[in-house]
Amino acid sequence: MMDWQAIALTARLAAIVSVILLIISLPLAHWLTFSRRRWTFLVESIVSLPLVLPPTVLGFYLLMSMGSRSPIGRWWADWTGHTLAFTFEGLVIASVLYSLPFAVQPVAAAFAQIDPSLREASATLGASGFRTFARVTLPLSIEGVIAGLVLSFAHTVGEFGVVLMVGGNLPGITRTVSISIYDHVQALEYGQANQTALVLLAFSMLVLMAVYGLRRRPWAAAPIA
Amino acid sequence: MRWFVLLVAMLAAESGYGRVSAQPRRALTVAAASDLQAALPEVIAKFERESNATVIVSFGSSGNFFAQIQNGAPYDVYLSADIDYPKQLIATGHADASSLYQYATGRLVLWTRKDSGVDISGGLRSLTDARVMRIAIANPKYAPYGRAAEAALRYEKIYDAVRGKLVLGENISQTAQLVDSGNASVGIIALSLAVGPALRARGTYSEIPAMTHPPIDQAAVIVSASARKPLAREFLAYLKRPDIGEHLHRFGFTAGR
Repeated sequence: MMDWQAIALTARLAAIVSVILLIISLPLAHWLTFSRRRWTFLVESIVSLPLVLPPTVLGFYLLMSMGSRSPIGRWWADWTGHTLAFTFEGLVIASVLYSLPFAVQPVAAAFAQIDPSLREASATLGASGFRTFARVTLPLSIEGVIAGLVLSFAHTVGEFGVVLMVGGNLPGITRTVSISIYDHVQALEYGQANQTALVLLAFSMLVLMAVYGLRRRPWAAAPIA
Repeated sequence: MRWFVLLVAMLAAESGYGRVSAQPRRALTVAAASDLQAALPEVIAKFERESNATVIVSFGSSGNFFAQIQNGAPYDVYLSADIDYPKQLIATGHADASSLYQYATGRLVLWTRKDSGVDISGGLRSLTDARVMRIAIANPKYAPYGRAAEAALRYEKIYDAVRGKLVLGENISQTAQLVDSGNASVGIIALSLAVGPALRARGTYSEIPAMTHPPIDQAAVIVSASARKPLAREFLAYLKRPDIGEHLHRFGFTAGR
C-alpha cells in the first residue's frame, strides 16, 4: 500500500515552504547581490549554513529551542497553547531554515549575471528601484527564480533528519514521505519501503531533469553571452 | 583558502579519531539496544579490565541492528531489546542458536521532568489530565518499548482517550529526549533510562505494572559471521555472572532467565 497521506502531506509542506522561500529569497538575494556593504559575506555565510551543517545540528538546536526549557518555546506555548515541535507549523519553520540556501543561491546567481548597464539604463530613464526590479531584474533572472523555487521544493521533499528529530511521526501532520519510508524499513516492510522510495526517486529525477533541462531552453538563455 | 579549510578539517578529524585506531588488544564489537545506554558502559569497562580486551559498542534501535546484521554488518555480539529479532536471525542463519541468552526483561515507566508541572503519581491514568499536552512513546510499529507502551495504554483502556496526544520517538532513547527537551510533557520510557545518570536528576518516574503489557524480553546472541567467537563467548559468559545480573537489576532491568 502506497502511503498517499504522507505523499500529500509532503507535497503540501514543500509547496508552502517554497512559496515562503520565494518571498524571502527575492529581497534577500537582491540585497546580497547589489548591496555594497562589507558584511554581506556574513549574511551570505549564515544563509548557506544549512548546506554544510548536518541536519542533526539544525534538528538538535530546533528541538532545544522549541521545548519548554527555552524562552522561545515557552513564549510559543503560552501564545498558541501547544508546543511548536510535533506540529505542521513547526515543520514549515524548520524546512524554511533547512532549504534557505537552495532558494537564495540560484536567485542571487541569476541577479549577478545581469548586465549592469541594463539596470543602470532603467534607473537613468527615471524608473524607481522597485520598477527596475519588477521590469528589468526579475524578467532577466526568471530562470534562476524558477530554479530556486524548484530546488527548494525538492530539497524540502528530501528532508529527513530534522523531521525525524522534531516531527514526532504524526500521520497527516508530520509523517513525511522520507519518515514513512524509514518506518517501513524499520518495520522490515521492504516491499512497501521500495514502492514509496521508487516514487521519490522518479520525482527527484524529474525535478533535476527540469532544472538542468531548463538551462538549455532558448527562451530561458542568459541575456548576455 | 579552500585548501586551508580542508587541512584544518582533516587535522581536527585526525586528532579526534586517532586514539581509537590504536587497538593492540583483542577487540569485540557489540551492537546494543539503546535502553542499555546507561547500564552497559560500566559492564563493558569491567569486562575490558578483566579480559584485557577492547569492546566497541554501538547503541541504536534493535530493529536497525537486525536489518544491518542480516546484511552483513561486522558486529560480533547483538544485544536486542526484543528477543524476537535474535530468534529471527537464528532462523535465517545469521546468528548462532546455541548462543541465545535472555539477559534481562525491560521495565516500562512513566517519566516527566520535575519542572513540567505534571503529576504522574496516578500512573497511566494521569495521562488523561488536560495539562498533559503531548505524550512521547517509542514507535509501536517497530520499537519493543513502543509496543509495550501501546499495550499498557490499551490495558488501562485509555488508549483512545490519549491517542491524539501521542508523539512517536524512533527509539526509546530519542523518546526520552523528546520529554527531556521539554517538547512533550510526559513519556513512556525504559526504567533503565529513567534511573540512568542523565535523566535521574532531572525527572521523576512512576513504574508501569508489568502485567499491563507483554514482557519486554531482552536477548543477546553471537553473530554467525563473527571472526572473534571465542571472545564473544567469553563476553556472554560474563553477562551471565550474578554480579552483572545484579548491576543490570540496579539499572532497571529484571533479571534474565
